[in-house]
Amino acid sequence: MAGMARESQRQRAGGMTAATVQRPSARQRAVSERTRRGLGRRRAVNAAMLGLLALAAVIAVLPLIFILTYLLVRGAGSLDLNFFTHMPEPVGEAGGGMANAIAGTMIIIVIAAAFGLPIGVGAGIYLAEHRGTWLANTVRFLSDVLNGLPSIVMGIFAWQFLVRPVGHFSALSGGVALGVMMIPMIARTTEEMVRVVPVSLREAALALGYARWRTGLTIVLRTASAGIVTGALVALARVAGETAPLLFTAFGNQFWSTSITQPIAALPLQIFSYAISPYDDWHRLAWAGALVLIALILVISIVARVATRARFNTGSGD
Amino acid sequence: MSHAIAAPGVAAPRAPGAPALALVTYTGSIEARDFSFFYGTKRALSGISLQIAPHAITAFIGPSGCGKSTLLRSINRLNALIVGARHEGEMLLDGVDIYGPQTDIVTLRQRVGMVFQRWNPFPKSIYDNIAFGPRINGLARRAEMDEVVETSLRRAALWDEVKDRLRSSAHGLSGGQQQRLCIARALANDPEVLLLDEPASALDPIATQHIEELLYELKRELTVVIVTHNLQQAARVSDTTAFFYLGELVEAGPTDQIFTSPREARTEAYVTGRFG
Repeated sequence: MAGMARESQRQRAGGMTAATVQRPSARQRAVSERTRRGLGRRRAVNAAMLGLLALAAVIAVLPLIFILTYLLVRGAGSLDLNFFTHMPEPVGEAGGGMANAIAGTMIIIVIAAAFGLPIGVGAGIYLAEHRGTWLANTVRFLSDVLNGLPSIVMGIFAWQFLVRPVGHFSALSGGVALGVMMIPMIARTTEEMVRVVPVSLREAALALGYARWRTGLTIVLRTASAGIVTGALVALARVAGETAPLLFTAFGNQFWSTSITQPIAALPLQIFSYAISPYDDWHRLAWAGALVLIALILVISIVARVATRARFNTGSGD
Repeated sequence: MSHAIAAPGVAAPRAPGAPALALVTYTGSIEARDFSFFYGTKRALSGISLQIAPHAITAFIGPSGCGKSTLLRSINRLNALIVGARHEGEMLLDGVDIYGPQTDIVTLRQRVGMVFQRWNPFPKSIYDNIAFGPRINGLARRAEMDEVVETSLRRAALWDEVKDRLRSSAHGLSGGQQQRLCIARALANDPEVLLLDEPASALDPIATQHIEELLYELKRELTVVIVTHNLQQAARVSDTTAFFYLGELVEAGPTDQIFTSPREARTEAYVTGRFG
């Protein structure tokens, strides 16, 4: 009787009774024995697959290494202080630099950021906060389309709306063309970053009486800012090297100009026109220009990485 | 600053010389009248009628999914954010339907503070966390803000622990301290009602005890509503207990009575641990 009582107790506790416990069958034992014996082959396959994946990873970065090495070899020789401080010289005269193009690229980038950043971040917050609405879905889809649009089309767009009505090329139109290219990239990064902000923080702000848009701007944006800054810098690095949108907007300029209403020189444009010229001196300058451009982009990317790490490590936004 | 903490029975101090707003007397009494709540087609609450006494602690108990958190979040309209959520019936705060056109949602949430299950300080300094609510319209002056922060931290029994590091990150505090910081943050809006959604379920017993003692102090000045899974906690701190099951209010009454001689068989089964 005592045994039965204990049995029923076990049943009630949710445990299985001894009779229902299934032991591994002889056949199952045999299978597991054989499975365990295949160890050597499994290890070999594992090593081979790991090796293939590592190879793919190396090949993925190989072009970058080749390009950097080649640029260094060809461009570094022509790179000196004059390159940064002097204006282009006429054909046949030695020396000269790309001071105007470097300044021009900086100006265009600033215009692009000033235009693309607020719109991109604002759109991103909207997409994240109002996901599922008709407008958000449409905007998200169209922004993906915009992201895939050939950059030369962006140039034509800016030409149509900012160059033609004014009657001449300008730094402003070039900056806007690049800014429009940045919008979808920044919007999508912002959306992703805002989405990963914990709901609890959002609710805390709402429960204190903050409106939804304000919660988005203060708490959510602040918490997501590290990621958004990174996204913006990456977008900036991407458009900084664009040539096509500048062909009929910024147009290029052989002279020093910092006016945003006038045609302006830009590194990619200068590289392009020098590279297709028949002069060796200009070819050398084009190589040096390419090196400077890629260095600029690398610096932006590295700043983006460092900024992200610094923000995430402190844990606090203060 | 000692005047900041009200003596028992004395109404919460408003700023001296405060404008006519102070003439309105809020007691913080809540009443649900035939209140139902839906998430899309799913009915989360059906026909709840319940009076919540001011200046007392009311506990909502019941198994998971019984609707107690939904009811809590209906008191500050935090549920309204969910797409497809809607309600029927009335939820009265001091006699005014909070879902009615007279109620401004910002004012409502300033009057009804909320503390969540998982402490959620903003990634800001301790000071800025407390000042966050009062800063909403940018009208508070610097010196006033200092006082609001100190008062709120004192009311949440946290001042002595953090007064020397108000400018450091709130995330450096312990879990229990962070939860009291969240209570202080809610108190900075000078609410009449404090809603707590399982505020101690992730805390150790010592920190839990701190929170419970704090609630006991706070009920002198405000209406406290707490959702808890911890029956002992409900029995310890609350004056009134409401038991919910499957979206219905099964029984509400004085806590003693609910735990010792409940009228409903389901209530008895739950409080004695036979289901849930």
